[in-house]
Amino acid sequence: MRVRFWGTRGSIPVALTSADIRDKVALALFRAEGRRFESVGEAHEFAVKHLDFSLTHTYGGHSPCVELETGADEYVVCDMGSGARPFGAHVLARQAGRPATVNVFMSHVHWDHIMGFPFFGPAYVPGTNIRIHGCHEVMEHAFRLQQAPPCFPVEFSQLAADIEFLKLAPGRVHEISGVRVTPAPQMHSGDSYAYRFEVGGKVVVYTTDSEHKLENRAQTERFVNLFRGADLVLFDAMYSLADAISVKADWGHSSNIIGVELCQMARVKHLVLFHHEPAYDDATIEGVLRETRRFEELTRGTQPLQVSAAYDGLEIDV
Amino acid sequence: MPLAHRHYENALVLAPTGRLDHDNCEAFREELAPHLQRSAKDRASIVLDLSGLEYVSSAGLRCFMLAAKQAKAQNSRVVIAAMQPVVAEIFQIARFNLVFEAFPKVRDALAALSPAAAAAFDRG
Repeated sequence: MRVRFWGTRGSIPVALTSADIRDKVALALFRAEGRRFESVGEAHEFAVKHLDFSLTHTYGGHSPCVELETGADEYVVCDMGSGARPFGAHVLARQAGRPATVNVFMSHVHWDHIMGFPFFGPAYVPGTNIRIHGCHEVMEHAFRLQQAPPCFPVEFSQLAADIEFLKLAPGRVHEISGVRVTPAPQMHSGDSYAYRFEVGGKVVVYTTDSEHKLENRAQTERFVNLFRGADLVLFDAMYSLADAISVKADWGHSSNIIGVELCQMARVKHLVLFHHEPAYDDATIEGVLRETRRFEELTRGTQPLQVSAAYDGLEIDV
Repeated sequence: MPLAHRHYENALVLAPTGRLDHDNCEAFREELAPHLQRSAKDRASIVLDLSGLEYVSSAGLRCFMLAAKQAKAQNSRVVIAAMQPVVAEIFQIARFNLVFEAFPKVRDALAALSPAAAAAFDRG
């Protein structure tokens, strides 16, 4: 299974400013210390090998949208944040005129998780099947509402694709497009749901927009069971622990520290920090990743936990 | 978890030891509760002497945060002293260094809270 990240930022999309790019270029030139490069390829190699990721890349700015490439013809994707726009372009290019079937799994219907849908190209292609799965009663209402006048020029009813809303039961295993999917309720304003996806013996857990309070032992045990033995966990690590349990308590998000602790308890192989705080620049996210890896090292038991930070365009094979 | 305590005038020094994690954080909170109540009554500030603390998890950090909140509501303070390097690193990663005042030694913490407490510490 390949996991492809189209949108990784929380709450609202962000973009690099011209000043950000100017500063990155200036710092890269400074770090090159007068080196001469015979080709763009040579300069590229230097950038990748010797410069910080946050200098040569960006973690990106689209709000949540993550594709699970399962090997089947049908598409599987979590959430329809602004990353759904480039995901849609990818689907159209890959389909080359053939209508697609897309299975969407919604964590919840807050705006940052649905805002990409009006720009999701396949929704405008006749013959496309879009099945929007989720546990919320208000799913269809939310999707229609954001395209109702005066918010958007194309009403939901004008979309050419066949669009279905399919209600899932939390805690139950569902077989959808060759994938075993288990939704689980989380702690977030208006409720949100995590998903455990199992395909061919591999397990990916998508858990965003959830405030994990480890002092609640029953709740912790429930999530440890959901995460248990997963190859990959995509985890809402929006805040620092100090913020998450003080000034931002009950805001519905978690921290890198809690992510590591839960994954260690569940013997997860790879944790991906996700739903990045929009106020964080690339260097800050890279710093959080470095510290999270150090925390994992300090607290490691018998099994190491790989830690990554999601960025738009990241692909992970499990 | 044993919680050694010493009074220095209007300051109370509490010294948790070993590991503070999900398994013993509730017991720690129960140990801490009477000290917090008494510090309110005595108008005393609290120094957490972490020189004997080897490890603290998110659950333990939460106990510190709750203690600090309670102390603040009682017009008192909780400060940290003498963290071991690993615990200091965890504080920094969790950004607790932005929430708590931390001092290299217990005496430094007492001096910041009250000259009388530091003098009492010097007298032994």
